Amino acid sequence: MSSGASAEPEAEQAFEPAPPSGRGTPSRSTGSTVSRAGDRVMRTLSTGSGLLVSVVIGLIAIFLLIQAVPALAQNTENFFTYQGAWSTSGDLKFGIPRQFYATVLVSVIALIIAMPVALGIALFVTEYAPKRLAGPIAYTVDLLAAIPSIVYGLWGILVLGPAMVGINGWLVDNLGWLPFFAAPENAANMSTGGTMLTAGIVLAVMILPVITAVTREVFSQTPHGHREAALALGASQWEVVRYAVLPFGFSGYISGSMLGLGRALGETMALMLIISTAGPINFNLMESGETFATIIANNAAEFDNPLKTGAYISAGLVLFALTFIVNAAARAVISRKA
Amino acid sequence: MTTADLKPRTGLTSMSGRRRLTDNTARVAVTLAVLLAVLPLGWLVWTLVARGIGPILDVDWWTSSERYGGAANAIVGTLIQTAIAAVVAVPLGVLVAIYLVEYGSRKSMLTRVTTFMVDVLSGVPSIVAALFVYAVWRTTLGLPRSGLVVALALVLLMVPLVVRATEEMLKIVSQDLREAAYALGVPKWKTILRVVLPTAMSGIITGIMLAVARVMGESAPVLILVGATRAMNLNPFEGNQQSLPLMMLQEYNKGPSGFDTVWGAALTLVIAVAIVYVIARLLSRFTGPMKQGR
Repeated sequence: MSSGASAEPEAEQAFEPAPPSGRGTPSRSTGSTVSRAGDRVMRTLSTGSGLLVSVVIGLIAIFLLIQAVPALAQNTENFFTYQGAWSTSGDLKFGIPRQFYATVLVSVIALIIAMPVALGIALFVTEYAPKRLAGPIAYTVDLLAAIPSIVYGLWGILVLGPAMVGINGWLVDNLGWLPFFAAPENAANMSTGGTMLTAGIVLAVMILPVITAVTREVFSQTPHGHREAALALGASQWEVVRYAVLPFGFSGYISGSMLGLGRALGETMALMLIISTAGPINFNLMESGETFATIIANNAAEFDNPLKTGAYISAGLVLFALTFIVNAAARAVISRKA
Repeated sequence: MTTADLKPRTGLTSMSGRRRLTDNTARVAVTLAVLLAVLPLGWLVWTLVARGIGPILDVDWWTSSERYGGAANAIVGTLIQTAIAAVVAVPLGVLVAIYLVEYGSRKSMLTRVTTFMVDVLSGVPSIVAALFVYAVWRTTLGLPRSGLVVALALVLLMVPLVVRATEEMLKIVSQDLREAAYALGVPKWKTILRVVLPTAMSGIITGIMLAVARVMGESAPVLILVGATRAMNLNPFEGNQQSLPLMMLQEYNKGPSGFDTVWGAALTLVIAVAIVYVIARLLSRFTGPMKQGR
């Protein structure tokens, strides 16, 4: 790039040899690289692979839809409003409100816990920590993402759950008048700690690295000018964060949180181990519940005829749509920022 | 010029008590957040080691299958399934990244669509990927469950990770290097294979290792795509094949009598992931452009 302005246009052409339309014709005329068989193979292979990704996404949607439709047609209840038990033996009776509710509730609990913590870590790493500490801390948080979700589930139900029993009991006894902490219909929840609250906490730990990574990235891009201007005005460190870093990085923080939400919505194994029985639709955090992902995983043994399977695939389809929307929105915000 | 250097320390602009209080409160809150995140990690690792160390210290754990009181069949199954997934996903992912960086122009529709689709694919829950493979493999093609089918679902989860990592690495390969190759009359495909890829290789390998680590512990696909077995099965194309997550579930469902084995399997799984992580970390530390960049 240092060779002067005159070299620029030629260099540009060298990288984009032929416009897609002129694939067959030699691209020598543009003054770029020689076109050979190898070039065509390479271009076709890589472009084909690129296309394949889109095709696969399309296929996922199509296949799930094709498999779900017959079951949906046979469904004797309204898919969107039926709140009874999911039944695939005999007449098909299934509906998603309970799963939708449980999925969203657990994810929201996770977000409420993880968002402030992630914000704190991101600020600590980018603004407060001495350089020597920042790297290891960031790395440690990333390690949380490396632990398989089934291990989280195991820890949640065998270690954290029992540890929560006392806290849950206290909450029910003292704050039971709040709708969040009423005594659950299923008393077993109280003895194992397998509640929405426990599940939410475990999920929060699981999505923490995603949110932190994105937020950290955005915060570290805060223009030096903004920071220095604030400091020049005599701002304290918190005021630098408040008036320079946060306004710049807030949308990145939000979209990072949405990526975390996307992960939380689809989480399967951890939730399957912690909360696995269907619960009622109310705001009680002491209840249990079945999410889209766990109802599919729990009933994998029932996948013996296409109609039954279709019922669960319809749940998968809704989950796919839900995560698609959340992730697409998050990415849209990020790419506009970048 | 760090933030700390610029902070006014003289008496010229003494902070009012309230501002100082807010500043300190924020500092404490932020530090607390870090402690709060490290706490579960420490707790988790401690539990894993304390409860899982017993079973895995036994030599039989590593050498014999579950039938004879070990876990070798699950370990081998996990490795086979992950390896197959990697063999398919790595070339595919690298090619997609080459397309995005080397061939696709930023304005082209296909490039933008592909980038978006890679993002979407990275957000697809593992259970949905598994359902899709189930719908294609079992319902539509009517083929039996096997370790291979699990690997196919893992491919879907692994491709976006490989693409992202490779893309990042290809982007930081200097344009001058490509120009130099073109100037010598090297065709583009050869430039990519012989110049661009080798330059970015260590970074790409690191990314691939991390992707492998991520899919290794995926447990939703094994639940619906393969059956459990207590015997050793080295053939991923036929029959049930155990893996560590599946073994954990099976033992967990037995109730408290199986918990020892469950923790043993969990620790084994985490150790396997950790080994892959450490290798990735070492590779990125001792080789490649990352080192030169800093």
